[in-house]
Amino acid sequence: MLTKGIFLPPMSEAAQKYEAVIGLEVHARLSTKSKLFCSDANSYGAAPNENVGVITLAHPGILPKTNKKAIEYAVMMGIACNCSINQKNYFARKHYFYPDLPKGFQTSQHTVPICGPGFVTIKTSTGERNVKLHHIHLEEDAGKSIHDMDEDYSYIDLNRAGTPLIEIVTEPDMHSAEEAGLFVTELRKLVRWINVCDGNMEEGSMRCDANVSIRLKGETKLGTKAEVKNLNSIRNVRKAIEFEIDRMIGMLERGEKIYQQTRSFDASNDTTFAIREKEEANDYRYFPEPDLPPVSLSNEYVINIKNNLPALPQVLYKKYQTEFGLNEYDAAQLTLEKEIADYFESVIQHTTNYKAAANWINGPIKQLINEEGISLNTVSANRLAEMIEIVDKGEVSFSNAASKLLPAIIKNNTESIAVLASQLNIIQTGDAGQLQEWVNTVINKMPEKVAEYKKGKKGLIGLFVGEVKKLSKGRADLKSVTQLLEDALKS
Amino acid sequence: MEVTSEMIDRLAVLAKLKFSEEEKKELNTDLERMIEFVEKLKEVDTTGTEPLLHITDAVNVLREDEVKQTITRQEALLNAPLTDGNFIKVPKVIKKETE
Repeated sequence: MLTKGIFLPPMSEAAQKYEAVIGLEVHARLSTKSKLFCSDANSYGAAPNENVGVITLAHPGILPKTNKKAIEYAVMMGIACNCSINQKNYFARKHYFYPDLPKGFQTSQHTVPICGPGFVTIKTSTGERNVKLHHIHLEEDAGKSIHDMDEDYSYIDLNRAGTPLIEIVTEPDMHSAEEAGLFVTELRKLVRWINVCDGNMEEGSMRCDANVSIRLKGETKLGTKAEVKNLNSIRNVRKAIEFEIDRMIGMLERGEKIYQQTRSFDASNDTTFAIREKEEANDYRYFPEPDLPPVSLSNEYVINIKNNLPALPQVLYKKYQTEFGLNEYDAAQLTLEKEIADYFESVIQHTTNYKAAANWINGPIKQLINEEGISLNTVSANRLAEMIEIVDKGEVSFSNAASKLLPAIIKNNTESIAVLASQLNIIQTGDAGQLQEWVNTVINKMPEKVAEYKKGKKGLIGLFVGEVKKLSKGRADLKSVTQLLEDALKS
Repeated sequence: MEVTSEMIDRLAVLAKLKFSEEEKKELNTDLERMIEFVEKLKEVDTTGTEPLLHITDAVNVLREDEVKQTITRQEALLNAPLTDGNFIKVPKVIKKETE
């Protein structure tokens, strides 16, 4: 009998006694053009059964052949996750009968996964930590079964059958929904960074199964787990785990026994429910796939892939702090996506003001991307570097450069920055006569504040500077202005 | 090794097959003979012999990542006993929850 889990919020005091232990299995669909063992297209969104050849259909006499690119992508991911690479690989048949795989078995890896133990670094609210990976293996995906189109029949679409997946399996090494969510976020960033998977969870390019158990703090033995299947967003990963932890704590607190279960997540109310009571003793009768010759990866092959990988986000994150003196926030923002990091890297080919480059990209540029939908390269790297330079020289204030010059550059990508700035009338002036005039105007306008300043309220200098800035429409060179104001107020 | 009727039932479940009592008896005899044969092979000392996973010495028989449409959907669906539009129809594979 299948019953929905009854959610009883545990008393927080009781909850403090327990520790959650979480392991994840993440399936990522490799973005190869063709399937893992045949030349059918590997694409999302085609009409049903469009990408289906005789190998996918398991016709008699067929011979599958491994996709070179899929092997390469799996190795790339292994290296990106600090894994050892298994140089002698072969595939195995995992037997189960289900119409989404006509062969009657899934071609997978069993005793020798392509990537061995590794880790992925996550940044939690309490600092950085490495989540241990057990392994990464290659396998083919199954087709899609649709159960709600007919009373008595299921509908099968085999487009997905045979498409290449990597399954990334962690150790039971996470202890909160937050950590699990961060891990999946980091993994999605990585697959996109090295371009082996589009990371699109809505379209099922990344799917996650969560193994959750709880135990008393200090206990070393693992508790009985529940496996929540097919979580298709980072939000759902978090919500499902939160629910499971609370459900299990509630059960133990009521003196109930936890049985091993396979569960499913209901996103309409953020709960999980059992789909299989107790684990039916599955027996997949694995054996080595005789039709696929082993795949042997030379040292040279692995090193070559390693050398051709782009600099990884975690490496850049560290480098931006240690070599460029950026803070954690800036470094994290610049390494959120490869496109951003690439842009930053090309901007700093033209300027050594790293902090300014980071401020521009994480500030005004990102804002325009979000608000106006412009693409990152709308402002070329060297033009951004030019803007940084004229601000550094004190020719244009940062706020005028950001609010006026930047939009002008986007509209007119050919005119020189100096010309645009002068057209906008935002070039700062160091002309002593002009500056003095603005200073005098401000002082004359605010006799009461001037009196207060003279009585000792020196903090008011900021107010006067601000007024000059306003009056000059940002064209006054503020360093000189402060000096001029101080001089004028002394008398 | 003795083959029990429980073992036959378990294998039948895994293979999604159904057998009559008569067939089960035959299977029992056949399976026992097969197991006997394998038991006999086990008498050979294989210490130091690597398991033979593949019959040939072929390694790295790989394919370039190229798409080739080999058959049309119409052809693909020809052998399906039941179809509906672009889909293959099969008997319901999940039990409906009546609860």
